[in-house]
This record gives sequence, C-alpha cells and structure tokens, in this order.
Amino acid sequence: MDAKDILGLPKTPLPITQEKKPRPQKDSQRKPDGISREVYALTGGLAPLMPSIDASQLKRRPPSDEKITWQWLPFTSSARKDDLQLYHWVRVVNGVPPTGDYSFAKYNKSVDVIKYTDEEYEKYLTDPVWTKEETDQLFDLCERFDLRFIVIADRFPTFRTVEELKDRYYSVSRAILIARAPSPGEVAGHPLVKEPYNVSQETERKRALSMVLSQTKQQERKDAEVLAEAKRIAESRMAAQGAEEPDLPVTSDIGPESVERAIGHGDTISPSSVQVPSAAVAPSTSIMADNASTLASLRMLRVYLRTYALEQMVQAASSSAGLRTIKRVEQTLQDLEVNLKPKVPTKAVCAEHLELRKEILTLLNLQKQLQYKEAEGSSFRDGSYGDMPGTPKRSHRVVDQDRTFVPDAISFGGERAGKREQKRKGPGRVSETPSSPAHKRPRKMKALDL
Amino acid sequence: MGKPEDTERKKKLKDVEISVPIVYGNAAFWLGKKASEYQSHKWTVYVRGATNEDLSVVVKRVVFQLHSSFNNPTRVVESAPFELSESGWGEFEIAITLYFHNDVCEKPLNLYHHLKLYPEDESGPMSIKKPVVVEFYNEIVFTEPSESFLARVQNYPAVTFPRLPAGFTLPSSAPIEDESKRKRGDTKDHPLNQWFLNFSEADELLQLAAARQQVQAHIAKLRRQISVIDGQNQQFKSSSDQ
Repeated sequence: MDAKDILGLPKTPLPITQEKKPRPQKDSQRKPDGISREVYALTGGLAPLMPSIDASQLKRRPPSDEKITWQWLPFTSSARKDDLQLYHWVRVVNGVPPTGDYSFAKYNKSVDVIKYTDEEYEKYLTDPVWTKEETDQLFDLCERFDLRFIVIADRFPTFRTVEELKDRYYSVSRAILIARAPSPGEVAGHPLVKEPYNVSQETERKRALSMVLSQTKQQERKDAEVLAEAKRIAESRMAAQGAEEPDLPVTSDIGPESVERAIGHGDTISPSSVQVPSAAVAPSTSIMADNASTLASLRMLRVYLRTYALEQMVQAASSSAGLRTIKRVEQTLQDLEVNLKPKVPTKAVCAEHLELRKEILTLLNLQKQLQYKEAEGSSFRDGSYGDMPGTPKRSHRVVDQDRTFVPDAISFGGERAGKREQKRKGPGRVSETPSSPAHKRPRKMKALDL
Repeated sequence: MGKPEDTERKKKLKDVEISVPIVYGNAAFWLGKKASEYQSHKWTVYVRGATNEDLSVVVKRVVFQLHSSFNNPTRVVESAPFELSESGWGEFEIAITLYFHNDVCEKPLNLYHHLKLYPEDESGPMSIKKPVVVEFYNEIVFTEPSESFLARVQNYPAVTFPRLPAGFTLPSSAPIEDESKRKRGDTKDHPLNQWFLNFSEADELLQLAAARQQVQAHIAKLRRQISVIDGQNQQFKSSSDQ
C-alpha cells in the first residue's frame, strides 16, 4: 500500500499493462553502490540519511600487496600454569604468523590476598568467634575465588553470612597491614585503614535495600504520601521559626529505615484531602502550611522574579489537587477569558490571580460535592444498591472516594483504580439526570446564566 | 544608636520587599534586499525599565548568552541601556543574566528569552520598516533589602519603593549624579522606543476582578444547592433508619 502511495497510484488493482510501467521507474530509483540489492533492501529500501559506513569501503577491503592465509596453528597462553598447547585459526600475513602472547591472557587478573604467618596470627589476629582453621579456610577461598564473597559464603564449610565473612577478611587484612607497616602514618592513606568495614551498617543497608525493592505498589504510594506529609510539616515548622535561622530540612535525610517506622503511622495520619465531601472548604492546615513554607523559601532566595513567585504559590495552592483538577482549573480560567499566566504580573495582579485560582478550586470541589449528594439523594429515593455511585453504606462511600481521589493526586497509575472510576461515572450520569431535581449543574462557566 | 535599636531595624526590614519592574525582549528588522542567507535580520535583545527608566541604579551588568554559532557567544554589557544587537537568521533561546550591585544582591538572576525574528502571521509580507517586537513584563523582587540599598535608591523612579514600617527613617541618599550622565541610561529616547509595548495592569486587574465575581457568585449558588440537598438527604436517612 505504501509503495502505491509513493508512486501516486490508485489503491484499486490495476490492469497488468499499467503495472509494468512503474517497474522500470522503481529499479532506477534503487541504486546502491557497493552492496548487493538484497542487503540494501534490509535497510527498508531507503538510503540512510548519513552513511554509517563509507559505501566504497565495503568492496575495497582486501589489500592487494599482502598475501593472507588462514592456518590452524598451536598456541600457548601465559595465563595457564601448565604448558598445554591448544589449536586455533590464525591469520597469517605473507607467511609470517603473528607473534606475542595469547590475546586474552591480559584479562587474567587476580586479587592480592594477604598471606599471614602463624606467628602473625597468634600476635594480631586471634578472635573469639573465629578459629584459626576457619580463618585459614576463609583466606584460601578468598584467593581461589578472587573475593567473590557470595561464592565464598556458599562454599564455606560452616554457616556464615556474607557480612561476617567480609568483616573477618577486612579486619584481618587491616590488622596485618597496620602490623607490618613500619609506621602507622604510612598506611593511614590505605583505604582499608581509612574506612574499615562496618558490619552493622552493611547489614542494615542491605536489609533496607531489600525492603525498598520488595515494596508493593500500594506501599510505594503510601511512602510517597508520608514523605510528602513529613516534608510539609518540616517546612511549616521551618516557616514558623522564621527566616532568622534557616535550618536545612531534615527530611532530606529520611532513609528507608525511618520510612519503615513512619509507615506504621501512615495509616493513622490519613491526609485530610481524602475526606473531600465533608471538607468542601478546601483549606486544610496542610495548604496553609504550603503557603507559609513557599513564602519562607521565597524570602530565602533574596532575589526572584514575580512570575516565579506566582508559579510557586500556585503550585502550593494546588498541591492537594490532582492533574485532572488542575487542568479543569486552567480550562475554567480560559473560559473566563483570563490569561493562564498574567501578561502584566505586578504584585496586585499576581495576588488577584492566585485568589482566583483558589476560588476556582473551591468551586470545583463544591461541584463534586453536589454531584455526590445528589446521587446519594437519588439512591435513597430509588432504594437501589450495587452499581450506583455513593452507595448508601457509609464504609463503601469512604472506600470509593479513596479510590477516586487518591489516584488523582498521584497521576494516572493503577489501571484498576482508573477503570473503577469510569465504571462509576457511567451509571452515575444515567441515573442522576432524570431523578435529581436541580440538574442545572453547569459543568463549564459558559453554561452559567448569571 | 545602641545595639537593641539596630537589631530592631534589621527585624523590621525582614517584611519589606522592593521591586523593579522590567521589560525584556527583542526587536528584529528584516533586511529585505540586503538580506543574505546567514544574515537575514538585524535584531536587538534588551532589558529595560518598564517605564523606560534607567536600570543601572540596581543592575551592574547584564550578560547575554547567545547561540554557540555566534562568535564569542557570551556578551557582557556593562552599562545601560542593557541591550545587544546582532544580525543573523535563526531564532534561539537567549539566557540573560542580571548582575546587581553589591549592596543590592550578591546573587545574579536569570531570564530566558526566545528570540523572535519572524512574524506570527507567516503568510503576511515582511516589512523592512516595521520590526517584529516581542516583549515580556516582569518584576524583580528583592527580599530583605539592606538599609544602604534602600537609602541609595529612594529617589529613583526605576524602583518601586516599598512602604517602610512606621517610625523607620532612612539616611538621605547620596547626591544624584549629574543629569547628563543619568539620562543616557534610560530608554525614553531610545531609537526603538516607538515600538515598545505598553504594559498596564489596569486591564488585567479588571479582568481578574470580573472573573472572581463570577466565580464567587457561582460558589454561593452551589452552597445553597448543597444545603438544600443536605436537608432532603437528612430526611431520607432518618426515615430509613426507622
């Protein structure tokens, strides 16, 4: 179909006579140099925009002055401890085979594992938890397996965790280094001496890492919520302290460990934005905190552009709103013929703009609230359950709202949540319009007849 | 001037901000017959006071970072009027960095302007006489201005001077330099002046006020509707609970 489009031919099948004409045209279009027709066709029949290989190079290769043969010859490798001779194909130029070691021998690297004497062991290396025999075994394995501790742990005769083995190896090596050094200053720069292996930290780190990796999607969401909440609280605390002593927000150091503790609290904190219907008057304390913290951070900047300040304040004010809500706010602004970004951003204009946006958010929340109440009302009247939005049972309502609004706040993730929403909207619309009395529910400002 | 008074002064300054309204953008002239493939337009990118006052009371220098295909793409302008003229054919983003005097602010501020050479209406004829002008209004806000800064700029129209807290007095500013020197920095007689756009906040304020009124009325209406429905639902609930 594409070829016909390119040639400008109609899509219906043509009589044979007409088909023959375009063919010579096609052949003359294809003019690959240096590569065969089939290879050229692999590229899709079109020349690349930039030649990756010079086409003339492709046929040129064998230089005429050299005589090349391939011979099956023996070779040795310096990487081997024995004298085993193996055979392979060798490219011989003018009867002269190539010289030098086996080309892969240079990759045979190994680690320098320290060897201690029995005397040194008695003097510096005794340990309550480790026998000499075990330590010897450990070092032998370390040398054989080039410090691949996971393999070493597998092969170690008694059960030891990777961290224990590492700890023993590194502390022994460190002790020997220090013992053998003529003066402590000389080895102070050695990485083993400077940063000794910390078992507890490593165990903790690995545990935290595996926890983060094994989090379910829901847990991830919860974590993000809790972190955002913690950040907000810390910033509002910072704002409350005033700009006198700006402390760096401690939240930046929240690692997975503290998140684990916070998760326990996460369920009880329950951001107030979840219970939207009762809190139609949107300004919860979190939004006030956002404003205050934004102002504080702006003040710390010392110099900024008015438009930047407005953007930050707008973001803070819509922090609890989902992407769809924000789009609806912008649509409303457009319907009201207000510039999304003020053309003359003076202090007064920016303040008015911000207030307008907040009022639109309130308006949208009220609209949603009204919808729910009407649906609730009509379900009471009809007395039906099941696929009506806002089913009479209170517990369901909270759960449904949770599903509707939280995905809003977090983006379009979670297909299940999304589908649920669509399902709910469907029957909702159908039943709402006939039964609700006040169905002049203007969705857009244009429908307003004020 | 004992210590407690000084700290009091410093505290009060914390809630004070001083702003400088600016306009930045470019004007581009098509060269018409004289245009070549690589130099089709002559353009000037600039930063000016919004009312064409001299910005050098606040701005020490401006650095315009041009596209790398220009020679010496980093152009530094040490005095007002803060502008840069060049010729070329392409539109690209120019990074404009404003450096302020030491007593004003130690941190520079960045602006970004997309150079516009070609008119919006692509089908219309290009004129040699009328330039394509794109300007943006903005305000530079300085938080917690120092006393010396406030004192120095108090008589300069380029700056929107804030209302100072009650009882706060500033030392009188240094004598204004001689008129001829000051004149050169402002853009009131600038050759491009006839093309500068006017930015008036009045229209926008009006538009915003009207919009807010509409929204507020709608909110009130919805609240009434909700309370009606609440009442109805309350009746249903109480009847079904029986």
